[in-house]
Amino acid sequence: MKAGLPLLVAGALVMSAASAQSGNLNVPATIQAGAAFSIQCGGSGKATLYIVGPSQMIKRDVQLGEAVSFPAGSVGNAGHYVVFLSSAAGNESGALDVLPAEKPADLTFIAKPSRLPVSLQGAITGAAYVFDSYRNLITKPQSVSFELSNPSSPTQTHTVQTRNGAAWTQMDSSKHEGKDQFIARIGAVTSTRIVNQVPGDPCSLKMNAKSEGGKIQLQTDPVRDCSGNAVPDGTIVTFTESYNDTRSTVDVPLKRGVATIAMPAHRGATISVASGVVLGNQIRWDQ
Amino acid sequence: MNKGPFLAVLLAAATIALVAIGTIFPPASVAAYSSGGHFSGSASTPEGAVQGLGEEIRAKAWDRAYASLANKAEFTRAQFQRDLTSAYPDLLTYATLDTFEVQPQHATATDASVQLKMQWSTVVGPSTSTRDLHVVKNGNDWQVEWPIRKTPIVPPQVVPVNYLRWDVIYRTAGDDWGAQDVEAPHVRIVNMHPVQRAEGLVLLGELLNEDVVPAYVSVAATLVSKDQKPIETEASFDKISHQLLPKQITPFLIRFPNVSLSEVGSVRMTPFSTLVSASADPVIEIENEKLNPAPDASLTGQLTNQSGQIANVAHVLGTFYDKSGQVVWVGDQYVDHALLPQTPVAFNIHIPEDLARKVSSERTVVSTFSFGGSE
Repeated sequence: MKAGLPLLVAGALVMSAASAQSGNLNVPATIQAGAAFSIQCGGSGKATLYIVGPSQMIKRDVQLGEAVSFPAGSVGNAGHYVVFLSSAAGNESGALDVLPAEKPADLTFIAKPSRLPVSLQGAITGAAYVFDSYRNLITKPQSVSFELSNPSSPTQTHTVQTRNGAAWTQMDSSKHEGKDQFIARIGAVTSTRIVNQVPGDPCSLKMNAKSEGGKIQLQTDPVRDCSGNAVPDGTIVTFTESYNDTRSTVDVPLKRGVATIAMPAHRGATISVASGVVLGNQIRWDQ
Repeated sequence: MNKGPFLAVLLAAATIALVAIGTIFPPASVAAYSSGGHFSGSASTPEGAVQGLGEEIRAKAWDRAYASLANKAEFTRAQFQRDLTSAYPDLLTYATLDTFEVQPQHATATDASVQLKMQWSTVVGPSTSTRDLHVVKNGNDWQVEWPIRKTPIVPPQVVPVNYLRWDVIYRTAGDDWGAQDVEAPHVRIVNMHPVQRAEGLVLLGELLNEDVVPAYVSVAATLVSKDQKPIETEASFDKISHQLLPKQITPFLIRFPNVSLSEVGSVRMTPFSTLVSASADPVIEIENEKLNPAPDASLTGQLTNQSGQIANVAHVLGTFYDKSGQVVWVGDQYVDHALLPQTPVAFNIHIPEDLARKVSSERTVVSTFSFGGSE
């Protein structure tokens, strides 16, 4: 409904303005969004001025022969506006292009993924969209700086020029787990996202066995990935004991960095350990 | 002429007649149930005695079933009922005996062996249990000696549990459109193999949760014909362990009835994963896994709950591989007894006879469900 009225008014005025002969309407060709501007209306008497644009319409009663001033902030949405002057003498029209303001005021920053394993090249992507204070996309090229920082790794910085209002980049995940800050910056405007870098697959999975209460007590060494990060608790470690054509299997979650389980003691049994698709060592139980 | 009143009178008369017939000549089982007497199974033969017992169990007439037993002095009526319906909530607690078969094994003048095969209807489908019964002659009647399996009772105690749990907070509607949401868990299909069966095409495979957070998973597959047209889409339904902890692997099986492998040009696999609140317990040990050759090829073993929390329903999935490590079958079984701490419960997964010869190794996983919200 809001858009319907301006369109209706514009349609009616375009039809009547087509026949207007006088050239007393002086409209600036372009202005910046939010800037103050004025329109000169020649002639004498009273008239009504309409400015119709995207999502906005302004109606103003004017005295012909005077400049009509619009204060800063009157027109905020960038786009093509049509200006109509309706008076007893007839209708006139002009056009006004409102451009985005040059000064960036806001950044929309999309960072993906929010969680990924360490030591992956080009796995983090960031895309930034630059807006002015009226939420118009600034299409004029601007320099956007992207920073990925982690207390234990060197900061990665890329500076990218926007194209059609957008800039994007790719970053590597660092070797150390933790919550990295991914910042997009343009001038004083910043937007921050958190990228959670988590340990990768276990590396050099190793278990030890000892006899305890008639059972085999199995325990892994602290489980780490290939960069030395501790694999998080809850990760499943599978112990498999094979003996005389039978097997026992148990999926054990890591607790405090290690997986522990007691399994039946069978002389000659072979015990193996794995986590996901990563295999660890094997133990032959001869006691 | 309006025939309405005549039709109404005719229907009323027919209803009264049918009610009268049902009351005067009731089915034998209903008559027995309503009068407090025994069912039609005559105790004059061993099979009749077992038949009668089966009818009593089906009607949940525990008092009469218990009263008919020859060895009731060895256990209480409550123990007899618990033997059949469980002391702890599990699949059998909410099951009904659908059908049963009585199969005589051998008989003498004074005793007999009879097998009672009971088909229970449970919330996850039929469950079969078999009891080998000893039947003895007592006077002119035969009576069943019930082979009681006393349910182990966990003594009242407090078990300290220091378990891991993950909870999830998603983004809210008020967040900026560029704001991040929590990332869905990363999962990967690590194995997939189509198998042509008489009933249609079956896709077998394995799915790995390669992330550091728990995942709710499922797998869908779309068969695409050689001219690149989709034939059919199906999902794994319950032939998968839906909850995967970090680095855990589940097998999956997707059935395409009435589709032949020769019609298929390619398969589009769609693994699905979403974050889910989960706990790392209970830990279930699978002991004494054994591949039993044909006939009656199966994978048997026992589940032992290593935690303090009772697991009410357990779903065991077996992945069977050939010598080259290719998945040749995925079988499953719901265990109908609750898993009590440190109390082994047997499982038995059937392997199709024609595939049993190919099976060289297996891998078993178990997922459990605990009543009361946690899984």
